[in-house]
Amino acid sequence: MTDPLLEVLAAHPARDGALLPILHAVQDRLGHVPPAAVPLIAEHLNLSRAEVHGVVSYYHFFRSTPPGRQLLQVCRAEACQSRGAEALLAHAEQRLSCASHATRADGAVTLEPVYCLGLCALSPALQLNDKLHARMTPAKLDALLAKEGL
Amino acid sequence: MSTAATKIFVPRDSAALAVGADEVAAALLREAAQRGLHVELVRNGSRGLFWLEPLVEVATPAGRIAYGPVAPEDVPALLDAGLLTGAAHALRQGVTEEIPYLARQERLTFARMGITDPLSLADYEAHQGWVGLKRALAMDGAAIVQEVTQAGLRGRGGAAFPAGIKWKTVAQTAAAQKYIVCNADEGDSGTYSDRMTMEGDPFMLIEGMTIAALAVGATRGYIYIRSEYPHAIATMQEAIARATAAGFLGASICGSGHAFHLEVRKGAGSYVCGEETAMLESIEGKRGVVRAKPPLPAIEGLFGQPTVINNVITFASAPIILARGAQFYRDYGVGRSQAGAGPSQAGLTPSGGGAGAARPGGFASGTLPFQLAGNVKQGGLVEKAFGLSLRELLMEFGGGTASGRPIKAVQVGGPLGAYVPESQWDVPLDYEAYAAMGAVLGHGGIVVHDDTADMAKLARYAMEFCAIESCGKCTPCRIGSTRGVEVIARIQADQNREQQVVLLRDLCDTMLHGSLCAMGSMTPYPVLSALNHYPQDFGLAAIPQEA
Repeated sequence: MTDPLLEVLAAHPARDGALLPILHAVQDRLGHVPPAAVPLIAEHLNLSRAEVHGVVSYYHFFRSTPPGRQLLQVCRAEACQSRGAEALLAHAEQRLSCASHATRADGAVTLEPVYCLGLCALSPALQLNDKLHARMTPAKLDALLAKEGL
Repeated sequence: MSTAATKIFVPRDSAALAVGADEVAAALLREAAQRGLHVELVRNGSRGLFWLEPLVEVATPAGRIAYGPVAPEDVPALLDAGLLTGAAHALRQGVTEEIPYLARQERLTFARMGITDPLSLADYEAHQGWVGLKRALAMDGAAIVQEVTQAGLRGRGGAAFPAGIKWKTVAQTAAAQKYIVCNADEGDSGTYSDRMTMEGDPFMLIEGMTIAALAVGATRGYIYIRSEYPHAIATMQEAIARATAAGFLGASICGSGHAFHLEVRKGAGSYVCGEETAMLESIEGKRGVVRAKPPLPAIEGLFGQPTVINNVITFASAPIILARGAQFYRDYGVGRSQAGAGPSQAGLTPSGGGAGAARPGGFASGTLPFQLAGNVKQGGLVEKAFGLSLRELLMEFGGGTASGRPIKAVQVGGPLGAYVPESQWDVPLDYEAYAAMGAVLGHGGIVVHDDTADMAKLARYAMEFCAIESCGKCTPCRIGSTRGVEVIARIQADQNREQQVVLLRDLCDTMLHGSLCAMGSMTPYPVLSALNHYPQDFGLAAIPQEA
């Protein structure tokens, strides 16, 4: 049995600017960047643990705790707001019984607001797991969630 | 005897995928097979007519015929009606090139967009690809810089700094290692031209960055793409691999002996990393905290070395400038119509440093891809020379709101751009004219709001967004944004409203003048424009009806 973290480190030599690619690779493999990985990454790159923790905690994309089994990201930037994004996010919170930025207690889903998916001519937009969806309405969202068993 | 396959195009652009393009493509293949029809499916980029996506095109002797928006369930009826011969159907939009929205544009940077298979090197070469690079390879670096300077190309990321001057500074700074960095952290709401370019014409960006590398003597380049753009990241990575395999990148560009190695770096959800120095910190593997300037990145940039940093569209403009010449590019733009200048007249000053910026009357060369977004009936990409008006864009291209209600406010230039009221819609869209009225063109994003918009709420959101995204280095941005949210909330709740408005203006003044970068210094643009033009939404007396 091999440790995915060690595999990632082996694939990323300590060259200039390697930290973000490593963190992305770790999160791709494990779904998050566990705090226990921080000292190992720091040692690999000859950085302090504080420096690595500082980077993990700075970027919205990196998470230190596992997300839910499914991830719903609802855009709430201006172009989406102009077509009802706030109501869509409120609907998602109610439908999933899950607050924004939170993971539902049963671990089934994480709900996050995002700031722009680049689909601004077809707003409002959201991303469910790996798939983008635009021209959304609460009813269309319900159908998508039902298909995913949510 | 076999009949030749008919070419069908279904875009692979993210926005098309988000409204079901993959499902439409699958239905087309399935239904065509059932009917024994021979089709060749091409996954092209988007034409940028997003209200028609998924836009299916069929190659016919009369040209490509467009159908849209197509849902998977429309496919059987479309095929029965004679889709493959371009026959009539309710969704038929006619010859794509003749759709007025497209026909009325001046597509230079987006000339190939939606026409080619983005990852086909053969397609790229067949559509003027690599022509600019090949000309650049026959020139010395100074001559390339001179060409870009004379073209009057200004940075398309928002700051509009003359690209030639930046390139010249890097070229003249001696260093063992220089870098080319493409800022593809397109975080502005209402913008997607960088994303379309990377997904729909990635070799053009590679060609532009390679030209820059030759101009300044750089051998390494990075494209910093936001993590919210997974399709753009995947397409760019594949395009780099193919261009490298074909010898357009790598140890010896086209066998010239010049090296240029290009790599994609993925952002991590930080808006402020679109600020160039924060982006450099991020590529270096650090927190995306803004650097104080000087030193300029052109002198001390990535890893302390001289670095050209430009936006996607800026680099993507270089190939056509090199291919067609500075004058060709320069002839598009505000200066052309004002001066009535023919190709021979416009002043080509040999020492013309600051060509674009120094022009009297606000000369802006070339075209800008405007991006119509939000509550607009016909949202999409409109590449036009500088100088058309917002009213033309909103009405003649956009067709008004999607909701059918009156337009109330239009935010131009992303989340740090001003809300422009109808009284200002006839001002020509160019950098100086917008600056004169306290607004910005930014990256060309245009977000439309109808009369249900609450401008006080949008102003508070602008402060909230700044609080979320501030890098924290300077106080006016870090603290001011949070105080701004609170002050606007008190105005909304009518707690000492008049005094709070004075406070808000004072706070905006501090942020405007005291912040280290545009994040803090421009957040007041949407806030103050909302307050000034829509005071009634803040519980203040409405301004008298504007004539």
